[in-house]
Amino acid sequence: MIFYIACVLLFLIGLYVVISKRNLIKIVIGFSLIEYAVNLFFALVGFKKGALPPIINQTEQVRMGVARNFVDPVPQALVLTAIVIGLSTTALMLSLAFRLYERYKTFDISEIRRLKG
Amino acid sequence: MVELYLLLGVMLAAALVASETKNLLAAAVALGMVGFSVAIIFILVQAPDLAIVQIVVEILTVVFFTAVILRTTEIDTTVTGGLKMETSMFIAAFLAFGGLFLSLIIGVLRELPQFGEPLMRVAQEYVQFGLERTGAANVVAAIILDFRGYDTLGEATVLFTAVVGVLTVMRMVSKKKSGGV
Repeated sequence: MIFYIACVLLFLIGLYVVISKRNLIKIVIGFSLIEYAVNLFFALVGFKKGALPPIINQTEQVRMGVARNFVDPVPQALVLTAIVIGLSTTALMLSLAFRLYERYKTFDISEIRRLKG
Repeated sequence: MVELYLLLGVMLAAALVASETKNLLAAAVALGMVGFSVAIIFILVQAPDLAIVQIVVEILTVVFFTAVILRTTEIDTTVTGGLKMETSMFIAAFLAFGGLFLSLIIGVLRELPQFGEPLMRVAQEYVQFGLERTGAANVVAAIILDFRGYDTLGEATVLFTAVVGVLTVMRMVSKKKSGGV
């Protein structure tokens, strides 16, 4: 329970950064924090006490069909692709911030708001 | 489980540093600390695939942040010393919202199975028959590439779209000679 609450706290810190900071890079960092919180929550939900990683590596285990004591592989499979997609969306946000800086010479969104050109 | 408590504490502290520091490079490094703590937690909860991917992704994230910050500016001009009235009122409002959010979500978390005892109703079949049906010793790889292949195809589409977006935005020559962003 306390581990889940730590994930929620990380999510809340990320949300705070996204809606309160006026610097574009800080906002991107906030989105990354939210993403980590969700990924971590999924991985924690699938954890099983005293279980092994879901990799079948012993030949006798394969042959005999011994009951396999694994952690839940489904959340791990879902999170695996989500991590990579998080990287690509972060790269997209960073490139947009970079172009905005080239044009306005600042990361401050209250400066960027004014019309130009 | 002591190390899990420790890592979660380090993670939360690094997240606070990333949100409040004035130097953007320091914020990027603190974000890297959060990411690597998450990677180590993945190892502790028996998810080696996730830990490998998370380490690679975290290195790339910090490299991207550093590249952007070194080409622009590393001082966050919006952070000023001392608390202003407006900011402190906002923080108080957000703390109230956070307390409400936590108290609501704790009710939801109680409905989940206890930490360390997942249901595994779907996973039971994958674990039991994954090797025979797909020939993959790694059950996670069997799920993402075989049982849920269409899901992965959709996520690859999202990935491809985001990469095309980055290439479009970062293209050196703009179509219009003047005023093109």
